[in-house]
Amino acid sequence: MTGPGGLPLPQPDLVLDCLGRPCPVPVIELARALPALAVGAVVEVVSDDPAAQADVPAFCRMRGHSYLGAVPRTVGAGFRVRRGA
Amino acid sequence: MPPDRVLLDAAAGLPMHPAARDALVAALDDGWADPAKLYGAGRRARLLLDGAREALADGLTSSGGQGVRPDELVLPPGGCAAARWAVQGSRRRAAGHVVHSAVEHSCVLLAADEGDATAVGVDRLGRVDPAGYGAALRPDTAVACLTAASHEVGTLQPVEQVAELCAARRVPLHVDAAAAVGRVPLPGGWSLLSADARAWGGPSSVGVLAVRTGTRWRAPLPGGGREDLVDLPAVVAAAVGLQAVLAEQDRERARLGPLVDLVRARVAALVPDVEVVGDPVGRLPHLVTFSCLYADGEALLTALDRRGFAVSSGSSCTSSTLEPSHVLVAMGVLTHGNVRLSLHRGTTADDVQRFLAVLPGAVAEVRAAAGAQGL
Repeated sequence: MTGPGGLPLPQPDLVLDCLGRPCPVPVIELARALPALAVGAVVEVVSDDPAAQADVPAFCRMRGHSYLGAVPRTVGAGFRVRRGA
Repeated sequence: MPPDRVLLDAAAGLPMHPAARDALVAALDDGWADPAKLYGAGRRARLLLDGAREALADGLTSSGGQGVRPDELVLPPGGCAAARWAVQGSRRRAAGHVVHSAVEHSCVLLAADEGDATAVGVDRLGRVDPAGYGAALRPDTAVACLTAASHEVGTLQPVEQVAELCAARRVPLHVDAAAAVGRVPLPGGWSLLSADARAWGGPSSVGVLAVRTGTRWRAPLPGGGREDLVDLPAVVAAAVGLQAVLAEQDRERARLGPLVDLVRARVAALVPDVEVVGDPVGRLPHLVTFSCLYADGEALLTALDRRGFAVSSGSSCTSSTLEPSHVLVAMGVLTHGNVRLSLHRGTTADDVQRFLAVLPGAVAEVRAAAGAQGL
């Protein structure tokens, strides 16, 4: 899986496992985890909820973080986010 | 329903318009016979049916766009059937290609997906780019579908621009006008236009499909559209309801438009981390959708219901399939914590003010229950 410009997605500094948990839980977990990370750090939220594909990017847009892309997994996908200022 | 209950979900169905109800009751007595029969009761039924078809055609004609003649109308059994027949009757071969926007009603999407179909994406406001839509047309495209306005977010589509591109490529354009009829003037340039009597306060058993003369289309069922199969009293009620709603359209538009403007402005000011979606200007006058970050849609509907307000949601937890609204996904907006209000002739300014008064508390309660306060 590659991000914008064909570059590989950066590796996450933190992985949040939200498998089996419906939206908005993955977004809430993301919002809880981000303040503890440094600006520019990358977090991956793993979700198999069909709404995560839309809601993680929308959350990033609303809260000033950068959505980097999704890495497919056997179940669901890992959605990578870079913390904004 | 207790008297203090406020229905703000007209797009999902609303009580029958009083004029349509009166017409239905009268037509149950006068219009029970087969209009094809040559005895007295049959002749009365024929007169009623002809009058109803004329009133429906007049109503669509007076809604703007282009003229509709009574002989161009087909009356499928419901709005969804009207949209489906538009697609199925245009796709003569099973392989016929269909172009549609990504925000069409699921009735259109299901019919399109019976064969080869191309979805055209939309922008953040839910609007197709006409040039992008035109680029999806192919020599083997049997029909192109574009809704006049989304029933989920209210955004109006650039139908007439797309109609020009379709005409240049000789592709018939189907416009799903279910959410627009009786609310806004209709666009022109279409070959097929479908509508739903339920959406204007008529019976749910009546769909209307206008097929412009010369369009390559045939009824998709053996005997489809045969007039002895129509629910005549319901068709009469639909026609009378349409005339009544169109007579009220300008007044209701002027009354409800500012209430929706108020909701759009106040929701964004009253609730933190909320996104009001859809085109703020080119939209239906009575419908507004917003999404609340960190809020569970089902819990939010329940919290609002407890406070006396019936609203709708495009969030996955409120759908039978547990999939989020394809319209919200196509727009790239937040799908959870979604609320849709659709106002109607019974909605008062006081209803809207009271909704705005209880909304912040309902959202805060739902967020707190999910442990999402202070994020």
